Amino acid sequence: MKDFEFHRPASIKDAVALVAGTSGAKYLAGGQSLLPVMKLDLAEPPALVSLARLPGLADIRVDGGTVAIGALCTHDQVARSADVAKAIPALAALASHIGDAQVRNRGTLGGSVAHADPAADYPAALLGLGATIVTDRGKHAADSYFKGLFETSLADGELVTAVHFPVPRRAAYAKFAHRASKYAVVGVFVAETAGGVRVAITGAGATVFRSAAMEAALTSSMTPGALDGITVPADDLNADAEASAEYRAHLIGVMAKRAVAALR
Amino acid sequence: MGNAQGIGAAVKRKEDRRFLVGRGQYTDDVTLPNQSFAVFVRSPYGHAKVNGVDAKAALAAPDVLAVLTGADVAADGLGGIPCGWLVKSKDGSNMVEPPHPALAQGKVRHVGDPVAMVIASTKAAAKAAAALVEVDYEPLPAAGLLANAIAPGAPQVWDEAPGNVCFDWHIGDPATTDAAFAKAAHVVELDLVNNRVAPNPMEPRAANGSFDGANDQYTLYTTSQNPHLTRLLLAAFTLKVPEHKLRVIAPDVGGGFGSKIFHYAEELLVLWASRRVGRPVKWTSDRMEAFLTDAHGRDHISNAKLALDADGKFLGLRVHTYAAMGAYLSTFAPAVPTYLYATLLSGPYDFPAIYAEVKAIFTNTVAVDAYRGAGRPEATYLLERLVEQAARQLGMDRVELRRKNLIRADQFPYQTQVALQYDIGDYQATLDLALAQGDYAGYPARAAASKANGKLRGFGMSTYIEACGIAPSALVGALGARAGLYEAANVRVHPTGSVTVFTGTHSHGQGHETTFAQLIADRLGVSTDQVEVVHGDTDRIPFGMGTYGSRSASVGGSAIVKALDKIVDKGKKIAAHLLEASVADVEFKDGQYRVVGTDRVKAFGEVAFAAYVPHNYPIETVEPGLEESAFYDPKNFTFPGGTHLVEVEIDPETGVVEVASVTIADDVGVIINPMIVDGQAHGGLAQGIGQALLEEAVYDAEGQLTNGTYMGYCMPRAADLPNFKVGNHVTACTHNPLGVKGVGEVGAIGVPPAVINAVLDALAPLGVTDISMPATPEKVWRAIQAARAGKGA
Ligand SMILES: Cc1cc2nc3c(=O)[nH]c(=O)nc-3n(C[C@H](O)[C@H](O)[C@H](O)COP(=O)(O)OP(=O)(O)OC[C@H]3O[C@@H](n4cnc5c(N)ncnc54)[C@H](O)[C@@H]3O)c2cc1C
Repeated sequence: MKDFEFHRPASIKDAVALVAGTSGAKYLAGGQSLLPVMKLDLAEPPALVSLARLPGLADIRVDGGTVAIGALCTHDQVARSADVAKAIPALAALASHIGDAQVRNRGTLGGSVAHADPAADYPAALLGLGATIVTDRGKHAADSYFKGLFETSLADGELVTAVHFPVPRRAAYAKFAHRASKYAVVGVFVAETAGGVRVAITGAGATVFRSAAMEAALTSSMTPGALDGITVPADDLNADAEASAEYRAHLIGVMAKRAVAALR
Repeated sequence: MGNAQGIGAAVKRKEDRRFLVGRGQYTDDVTLPNQSFAVFVRSPYGHAKVNGVDAKAALAAPDVLAVLTGADVAADGLGGIPCGWLVKSKDGSNMVEPPHPALAQGKVRHVGDPVAMVIASTKAAAKAAAALVEVDYEPLPAAGLLANAIAPGAPQVWDEAPGNVCFDWHIGDPATTDAAFAKAAHVVELDLVNNRVAPNPMEPRAANGSFDGANDQYTLYTTSQNPHLTRLLLAAFTLKVPEHKLRVIAPDVGGGFGSKIFHYAEELLVLWASRRVGRPVKWTSDRMEAFLTDAHGRDHISNAKLALDADGKFLGLRVHTYAAMGAYLSTFAPAVPTYLYATLLSGPYDFPAIYAEVKAIFTNTVAVDAYRGAGRPEATYLLERLVEQAARQLGMDRVELRRKNLIRADQFPYQTQVALQYDIGDYQATLDLALAQGDYAGYPARAAASKANGKLRGFGMSTYIEACGIAPSALVGALGARAGLYEAANVRVHPTGSVTVFTGTHSHGQGHETTFAQLIADRLGVSTDQVEVVHGDTDRIPFGMGTYGSRSASVGGSAIVKALDKIVDKGKKIAAHLLEASVADVEFKDGQYRVVGTDRVKAFGEVAFAAYVPHNYPIETVEPGLEESAFYDPKNFTFPGGTHLVEVEIDPETGVVEVASVTIADDVGVIINPMIVDGQAHGGLAQGIGQALLEEAVYDAEGQLTNGTYMGYCMPRAADLPNFKVGNHVTACTHNPLGVKGVGEVGAIGVPPAVINAVLDALAPLGVTDISMPATPEKVWRAIQAARAGKGA
């Protein structure tokens, strides 16, 4: 790891200014994605701007049809939140299966959403629920936020402050975890929302994506059997030592059915 | 029994307090005055010519003290890293034993092969400077995989080893084996791969070397399972200084599993570098370096054939194995696939004929050497897969086929066809115990319940034997060992009766500080709190060969017992004098010397005090003091064995295998501490299940390790494992004074084939006949798909 400057600003304004002021500077939230790559010298930011002291970014608020979760809420906080469990049980359950206990104690929603790891879990919930990403300078709809591998619609230095999740009628998330890392090899989030059925798939492609075919089938009949015969083509799916593209395509079908069976 | 802390008591581990409160003292915790730090520049290629090393920029970097290369190693006359075992080929020729310079000279032969050593006054400076060392590599074709290395026309790891063959060895009788197969009613054949695994001790390797120029004295702190062996190899072969000028300390060591037996180049280099820079030099491996440079385990490709008569009685076994050695021969590497593997191929069975051929093969990878079980897991896996296959092929019950062929209790001592003579065992008893404890009779109901849940349940077993307590020196010497394998102990009784024991074995998780204290408690009647066990320091301990091959209790413990006998005998003479009786009339029991048949006694502590304050003392015939040493050379190996049962549940949609239950019944000989014995079994089972389902060190053809981090290499975790049911049936070893056999490796030896047999049992109804370790979800899913496609066609 190379030497770097370290800042702990007390306001969003200062934080944004500090990152804007040094080329290559990075926000530091839970450090569970950033620090591993720095240890391997794959990222060498000249400055880290800690978000730990920013006020008001670690709150969870349920307001009518929306669950608003601050960017600095840890995975563990979301997993244990009675409010989240009541409003969107699938979201609390998703958070409880991220990585391991140490990762959940440090890692944050904002960090996960900004980092946009193709194998991360939260992106499936964001896209599956049609969430809104709130930042220091505006809002992004989940539908147009995840652009590609580690790529989002955030501008340079844009700070995620919260994510707003619309409360669905029912939802569920089914994950096939990598045996070693516990990241999603395939994760499928299924939701019945005001705007219709949404199926979001993480882990399988360069970034999270929806399956129109599955959504159509589940719109006609919200049953696991409705997905029989629907396959996601393996061509563009990820392939690695843990799972070939073909196996991932198969797992998408299995996990989607399990999510449908678990809807609540 | 006279002592509640003696043999058989589940005494809590004395050493755990310091570990639990974070006060263990590991090699990396040792920081010496004026400490400097080393970082290695290592080959990123599996095989390459090194045309030059340019250290100018690194030398100019801040805080850098030196950059040392293979040329410096050669100029200073350091010896190559030696191999501790010479195996001869069938034709009598010696194995190919290529040079192993401590820093690469001319060529690198595996990813991680050290090319240069950067020493700086901080670790960060050394690391930064290491990145500035420019090495001019010319990549060469590599033999990264065993399967590639044995193919015709494969790239050559060593010019002097055509076909990459290190040796071509055999054991057993080919003629009687041919005859057995000629008359066989059935022949069962399997091709098997034993997957390569990385050892992954929790504490990575580290070494801290210091040279005291005023006294010409070297001190090495190192993560070693056998500091005396390391000192011997440094003194005789690599550093080439006399033993009395070299102290090797292996303080607390956080696990080894074999990988810390061997003498590694870094141990030599930090000592040498300390002499060069005039400061102590410390190196600590990081986790990725550990994956690339700790000796790995297993890595066999085998063909096995079993001949049976019409009733299922075993007639003969024929085995051909290719065993990877890696690029350089590590300390015990040649012994593992020969004398620790092929000699075990009779297993617990009565085999009239066996013939095995083993070809050891160089590969462009880190070395392969002993890893928990070392050879015995490979033998057990092969045999138990084959026996299971035979049961399936012949339509015989798997339990009855084994029962029919197990050596009977009345056949001991039993001479196998592959050199070993088993002294004692009762394999039927452990089989029956396991079946009862595992509720074998209730299995069909459990299988039906799984089926109702959409899961496939499978039952698998293995009946196994292993050889430990290595080993009779004359025997291993005849087999090519370049060292003796006895053990040493010194027992020092202090004036007030407390005791310090110095043992040549080394505890790196095994709990010797407790179990060895129990031996003293048992024999002398003192409490374990009155006993300190010292290990891991060549200046404090007379000598020793260290801990591996489950040898510590049977060889090291026996040495302690021999020393205790001398203490008790000397005490008897002192007590006889104090009691005014004749020595022949004095007995020692429960911590007291007593004139037989009277109430005249002297407590052990009183006798010890008299030995050091000899006012009233038989000074004409007995020396003052109470301290004795002993060396113990075992008469034979010990032979633990038993039965392991595994049930798995498979999710047919995903291929995920869950271990539903593990029940084992072992005979590990007399049990000193049942809690520690259970713990050793548990740890071994976790590693065995890890090998069967999760772990594999995957090299590619170019010799790149593709999964050398914990994001890719899957270690077993608590959540991957069920609660283990562990049972024991004891037959006492006949040839050591304690009757102990060994328990350190049994779990890793017996369980892998039981897991795979269970997986195959679960999948058999679908038509799956083979699966290799590790049985990962995708592999299982693919096997199911292929079987279904085959059936449909
Ligand atoms: C062993 C291990 C297992 C894991 N398993 C899983 C898993 O199963 N599922 C899963 O989803 N994830 C997993 N993760 C990743 C984990 O969830 C991370 O915590 C998360 O991806 C990043 O959050 P963080 O707070 O740690 O972000 P950091 O590591 O601090 O930052 C990550 C990136 O986001 C940027 N950033 C952080 N916060 C903000 C913000 N508010 N606004 C804008 N940019 C920001 C940083 O500058 C950096 O570029 C795992 C991680 C580890 C180490």
